[in-house]
Amino acid sequence: MKPTTVPERLAVNNFRVDEDESHIVVDQELCRTTGSGAAIIAVCPAGVYSEQDGLILVDHAACLECGTCLAVAAPGALTWRYPRGGFGVSFREG
Amino acid sequence: MTSDAVEPDFDFDVVVVGAGIAGSVTAYRLAEHGLSVVLIERGDVPGSKNLSGGVLYGRVLETVFPDYLNEAPVERRITRHVTTFLNADSAVSLDYRADGLAEPVNAVTVLRAKFDPWLAGKAEEAGAFLMPGVRVDSLLTGPGLDGATTVVGVRAGDDELRARVVVAADGVNSFLAGSVGLRQKQPTNHLAVGVKAVIRLPRADIESRFGVSGDRGAAHAIVGDCTLGIGGGGFIYTNTESLSLGVVLRLDDLLRSGHTAIEVFEHFTQHPGLQQYLRGGELIEYGSHLVAEGGYPMVGEVAMNGMLLAGESAGLAINSGLTVRGMDLAIGSAIAASDAIVEAVAAGDTSKAGLAGYRRRLEESFVMQDMRTYARAPKFLERNRMYGPYGELIADVLQNAFSLDGTPREHLLTVARHALKRSPLALRQLISDGWAGVRAL
Repeated sequence: MKPTTVPERLAVNNFRVDEDESHIVVDQELCRTTGSGAAIIAVCPAGVYSEQDGLILVDHAACLECGTCLAVAAPGALTWRYPRGGFGVSFREG
Repeated sequence: MTSDAVEPDFDFDVVVVGAGIAGSVTAYRLAEHGLSVVLIERGDVPGSKNLSGGVLYGRVLETVFPDYLNEAPVERRITRHVTTFLNADSAVSLDYRADGLAEPVNAVTVLRAKFDPWLAGKAEEAGAFLMPGVRVDSLLTGPGLDGATTVVGVRAGDDELRARVVVAADGVNSFLAGSVGLRQKQPTNHLAVGVKAVIRLPRADIESRFGVSGDRGAAHAIVGDCTLGIGGGGFIYTNTESLSLGVVLRLDDLLRSGHTAIEVFEHFTQHPGLQQYLRGGELIEYGSHLVAEGGYPMVGEVAMNGMLLAGESAGLAINSGLTVRGMDLAIGSAIAASDAIVEAVAAGDTSKAGLAGYRRRLEESFVMQDMRTYARAPKFLERNRMYGPYGELIADVLQNAFSLDGTPREHLLTVARHALKRSPLALRQLISDGWAGVRAL
């Protein structure tokens, strides 16, 4: 199959982005001191997290809602919940 | 008991959270028994938030829906299981084909966004009230007669729904179970991330590439270089006119590797050894799912006053190395949960003691028996030699056996001994892994 980038792969999905609130909030300080920032960047299949000038950036619109980031983050470093009802990714295949 | 008999302080007999496989089967069976049931789903339609690799070992579903193979949108009936040690430039496969896998049907591929609406529809037809597009935010709790916390309903936004029993079928991340201390944060060696794509491929190509025809299909499990040696594996499953493919990566090993899940997934999809299956496929979806594969030790308490956990929210999943199972265990737990709830409601006792029939039924059924049988599998699969050196060792032996270059042949045992000497593996490790494998699987 043809090589694809993460944005190209996400572009074929169906998303309804919640513009009013993000379901993901990072604690920059804890992300840095616990190493959680590097861990959530490594495991997220959607590239939701990136680092710029020592800060973790979050693109909640790309989230595939698997929860893997929460599983590797230290307690308190990441607040992650499901998007509000009706928002987020909508799988057509699954 | 009918909905007319519900006491005024309860809106329903049972609130089921999550219209996945565990939730919908539970709701269906409760409604069939005449209980009033609401099935709450955060997706706009059931299945829209749900994702699995795609193989359903569906014999247990036949006990609930005897004709599901003809009624439900299943993709293909799996009659061929191929397990491949894939190296950078060689591959060794174990190819199991059997007519017995087709009659009776042992496993089918499913696409959850298509399958789950059918299942939730069965629950609705039976009388369950489906409430889609609603995220449950928290549990309503109060003190029980025994002094311990009792779940009395759920809260979604400003709305509260009260019920005798809440079934948390809200998946592997179960925030509901976590909120009352039924589930603790799991160690990363008990968890894996599944990264999956669905690619469209013409039916004729699927049949010729995978050696199947009609409604038959193949399931390929792949280990080795395809995950860059990271604990876990890859999969390719045939659907009717698409393939489900991806990798499952153990989180502790992924973090240790220095690679990202994205890099490993892209390495897998571009692996030269797999292009014979994947070439020309058009990407139609990209998704991921957290897999709880810690096995039996991951299953903790599954009941408390007024609440049961079903499916993945109870930690029910098995990775045996050859098969990854979750959906059949979800169905098994749904059967046990619904029977226990019917019994508890009839007896007027939905406390933890009243719901004890759930655990008992789980233990008696294939669900916990299989969880115990494979209890050693996670530890065995943590032996990382599985994901690199073994495939190379076997390929080395076979290369010597098959590549007749004019030099005199040696006995296979001698060849194997030499290959083992070249490999980073020690005979001691081989024996240890072999024995552990037999015991674990």
